[in-house]
Amino acid sequence: MAKSESEMTWRDLNIGCIVTEPGSARQYQSGTWRSQRPTYEFKKCIRCGLCSLFCPEGCIEQNKDGYFEANMYYCKGCGICARECWPRVIKMVEEEEK
Amino acid sequence: MTQRVGVEVSIAVADAVRMANPDVVAAYPITPQTHIVEHLAELVANGEMDAEYIPVESEHSAMSACLGAAAAGARTFTATASQGLALMNEVLYVASGMRLPIVMVVANRALSAPLSIWCDHSDLMSVRDTGWVQIIVENGQQAVDNTLCAFRIAEDRRVLLPVIVHLDGFNLTHVIEPIVFPEQADIDKFLPVSSYPLPLNPDKPVAMGSFAPPFIFTEAKWAQEVALKNSKGVVLECWSDFSKISGRGYSPVEKYKSDGAKVLLTTMGSIGETASVAIDRMRAAGKDVGLLKLRLWRPFPFDELRVAVKDADVLIVLDRDLSFGGPGGVLASEVKAALYSLERKPKVVGFVGGLGGRDITMDGFEDIVNKGMEIARKGSQHEYEIYGVRE
Repeated sequence: MAKSESEMTWRDLNIGCIVTEPGSARQYQSGTWRSQRPTYEFKKCIRCGLCSLFCPEGCIEQNKDGYFEANMYYCKGCGICARECWPRVIKMVEEEEK
Repeated sequence: MTQRVGVEVSIAVADAVRMANPDVVAAYPITPQTHIVEHLAELVANGEMDAEYIPVESEHSAMSACLGAAAAGARTFTATASQGLALMNEVLYVASGMRLPIVMVVANRALSAPLSIWCDHSDLMSVRDTGWVQIIVENGQQAVDNTLCAFRIAEDRRVLLPVIVHLDGFNLTHVIEPIVFPEQADIDKFLPVSSYPLPLNPDKPVAMGSFAPPFIFTEAKWAQEVALKNSKGVVLECWSDFSKISGRGYSPVEKYKSDGAKVLLTTMGSIGETASVAIDRMRAAGKDVGLLKLRLWRPFPFDELRVAVKDADVLIVLDRDLSFGGPGGVLASEVKAALYSLERKPKVVGFVGGLGGRDITMDGFEDIVNKGMEIARKGSQHEYEIYGVRE
């Protein structure tokens, strides 16, 4: 797509907003919905992957060290991962907190 | 030479649909539209029409099935009335937003309660803002002609919007009128095979009706508004081309002895015929009156209306609908809005009458014109007048 969605004018839209490009919803940054974000204490993580199974957004993947971590472009901050993480690796904090 | 044949208007409309050669008809019967879809079902069952007829369980499903069929590129037709139109309301907005060229005939009928199967325009007004092109006809011939035109307008690449042809329930649907059908060969040329630009196709997949976040929704709605406004040019072109094969022309605001008249009456639908005869009688008696009949309801013909009323001092608007607790009739309200910005404009007097199938006779129209002229002279404390209610 030549223009990003936020640059598109009404003339750029396909008839009836028909989408011809597969997977175009990936562009949509649902991370802006977030009011809380997950923080991680990875030394407690047993890499069970339970958080990634429960994540309704499907945005949790293993990072380079093999720990499970949310992609913040998509993470809506729902906190389900923190709730399900039984070794208590994940803690939700308010977005404005450092 | 084409012949005039005596035929019930519903049957004639169904025959016009057959001539348009649709691929899919999905419909649910409801009075007073039933004869239209019954006859279509019969034509398909008898092999006289090569279409899929989908008998659905509700009008909501009828419109949903039309949506799917049109999305696959099929030429698609349905018909309904009143409560059925109300039930499919949700899907009407989807059809226009998705820019699917569905054609629907609505046999105008009052909305319940109390239950009424008779004609008024409360159903018509309930779909005013659905984004469909809307034509309203006055007699059976106009219903046939405009049903054929509706397919051409809807499928035009510059439009790609669904189209409603409104015709009054019973007053038109159930009467036998002399109808001239165009030649099939002419219609085949007039309505080439439909080709939707981006249909559902497994070899070239598309996603339709997808989600639009706030940053693109306004653009999507503006694109739809521009398409509906611009459709007027295509409607005019279509009517002009149709007149070449039929000899019958249409215009968004049809004028009847209105040029130069100081008092004008405005109507929609079949009562325009009675009103025409009433105008003849009033003119014969020396009254300076004329008649305007709205043929194109959406897109609203602002320019044509403004030109048509330019010499008038009084404009009496008769609505067969009522916006409860509001300004009265919807047509009168829109006419007032259309004229508001003009320096010189007629006084607009709104009447609501003919609700739930009550007839307005020639004497009735004379009465309305006389009362309207009196109100224009003396003023009134009411937003509108209700005609014929017993005190």
